[in-house]
Amino acid sequence: MAAATTISQYSRYNAKVARNRATSEPVWIRWALIGISLAFLTLFLFIPLAAVFTEALRKGFETYIAALVEPDALSAIQLTLVAAAIAVPLNLVFGVAAAWAIAKFEFKGKSILITLIDLPFAVSPVIAGLIYVLIFGLQGWFGEWLSDHDFKVIFAIPGIVLATIFVTFPFIARELIPLMQAQGKEEEEAGLVLGASGWQIFWKVTLPNIKWGLLYGVILTNARAMGEFGAVSVVSGHIRGLTNTMPLHVEILYNEYNYAAAFAVASLLAFLALVTLALKSFIEWQTARSAQINEASADE
Amino acid sequence: MAKRKHVLPGFTLSLGYTILYLSLLVLIPLAATFAKTMELSFEQFWDIVTAPRVVASYKLTFGASLIGALINAVFGLLTAWVLVRYTFPGKKLIDALVDLPFALPTAVAGIALTAVYASNGWIGSLLEPHGIKVAFTPLGVVVALTFIGLPFVVRTVQPVLEDLEAEAEEAAASLGANRWQTFYKIILPAIWPALLTGFAVAFARAVGEYGSVIFIAGNMPMVSEITPLIIITKLEQYDYTGATAVAVVMLVISFLLLLAINGLQWWSAQRQIASR
Repeated sequence: MAAATTISQYSRYNAKVARNRATSEPVWIRWALIGISLAFLTLFLFIPLAAVFTEALRKGFETYIAALVEPDALSAIQLTLVAAAIAVPLNLVFGVAAAWAIAKFEFKGKSILITLIDLPFAVSPVIAGLIYVLIFGLQGWFGEWLSDHDFKVIFAIPGIVLATIFVTFPFIARELIPLMQAQGKEEEEAGLVLGASGWQIFWKVTLPNIKWGLLYGVILTNARAMGEFGAVSVVSGHIRGLTNTMPLHVEILYNEYNYAAAFAVASLLAFLALVTLALKSFIEWQTARSAQINEASADE
Repeated sequence: MAKRKHVLPGFTLSLGYTILYLSLLVLIPLAATFAKTMELSFEQFWDIVTAPRVVASYKLTFGASLIGALINAVFGLLTAWVLVRYTFPGKKLIDALVDLPFALPTAVAGIALTAVYASNGWIGSLLEPHGIKVAFTPLGVVVALTFIGLPFVVRTVQPVLEDLEAEAEEAAASLGANRWQTFYKIILPAIWPALLTGFAVAFARAVGEYGSVIFIAGNMPMVSEITPLIIITKLEQYDYTGATAVAVVMLVISFLLLLAINGLQWWSAQRQIASR
């Protein structure tokens, strides 16, 4: 826990430094900087967030509820949940496997592999949709074969799931790799010496150590999966009640000038984002606390 | 080199699965774009990707992304500084909300920003009398891309600021440096790699962004049409080769940005190790 100790020492230094006149700013500058920062965040963050909920409730609570229980909205909610329920576990298994290989072993080309895992993060979501159209679309590599076998990927649910997997591909792996690298492999090796099998080591040693990072990655992946718009928009075909996810449903309602309903569905997604942030803060608080406990027990 | 036996089990399984999953879902599909472009001669490809409407979209996409990333570099650094160094009421809540643009679906961000910055919106109606139009102009694109990139600079600079050693600042102060000199000569060089990384990530993210932009941009060809929208438009006209050609240009630029970001992160990590 050397790293944690150093950081907490520095934080203490920071607190000390902040009180020192020579290493801090005059009060008026402090408040001016805080003011500018808050003004920026208000303009770009808080006001748009507040706008989602005000616009959603502008026509009253009954219109709001009606927009959410309408059949097309319900089927959009259902499809969004299904896509996330498939994409998140698949990326979870991948993230754990990738982090295990990268953090616990040395091999050639590791840094290239890490860069390639990051790749979907840098690719435009529109291109993420396009690549699956090129492969599974009617004119694509497998297009003819798929249509012969009467199986639709593009403009159907499999395409939506694929696009969702692509855009959320790196998040769990990115979260776990640095965490597992920092933890090293001594504990796993100790388990091995004591006669545990590979899976036993994973379930009893590794998993408890990475559970908060894992949970954080899952929450983030889930938020992005449910909210993905660009990639899903390319492969979905926008068939109302069939291949519309919640973000696509928002777009359709908005383009029909049905603003109250568009913002009502959008408010659900915004609420999901807020829950995600709350859980993230909770996890950070938990990890900080367990780091402190470890530190304290190491000091004894 | 002799083949070393790994102590822990599961190397072949985990690495094999990683490479298989990565290849099937990411690498092979991405290679499809390059394969599709091979159907074109170089002249055809060049004509598509340098058509005036496409070039106008590059200028807007990269220009607006650059401005957005610069705004975020300045205000993101300021926000990280305020969050690390000062205490004020509501700080924890604000710290948590900085990640909102990452968690909020882009379509929601798009319609919310449009509602706020349209001429009848909360902020748009205040700007309208001064002749400033945000929604449905290139300025709207900048606003959306600034929103998208907001968390990245804050989140890369924040941990480095937290780790900064107090001694260097104390030494600077005792040698007679004022606060501005200390910031400029001591603090800024230390956080510079992190700041550049955050800037590059915000820029890369903005270049590919689609959902939040299309609502606020107005999408007028040659004026407020971003490159991802060009790809969508071509797709809707069943011009798959055209869409793919433009996508290849964007992909190559994304690869280069990703390489630059990795280089910056490596530099940043080296600096942090060296300063310990």
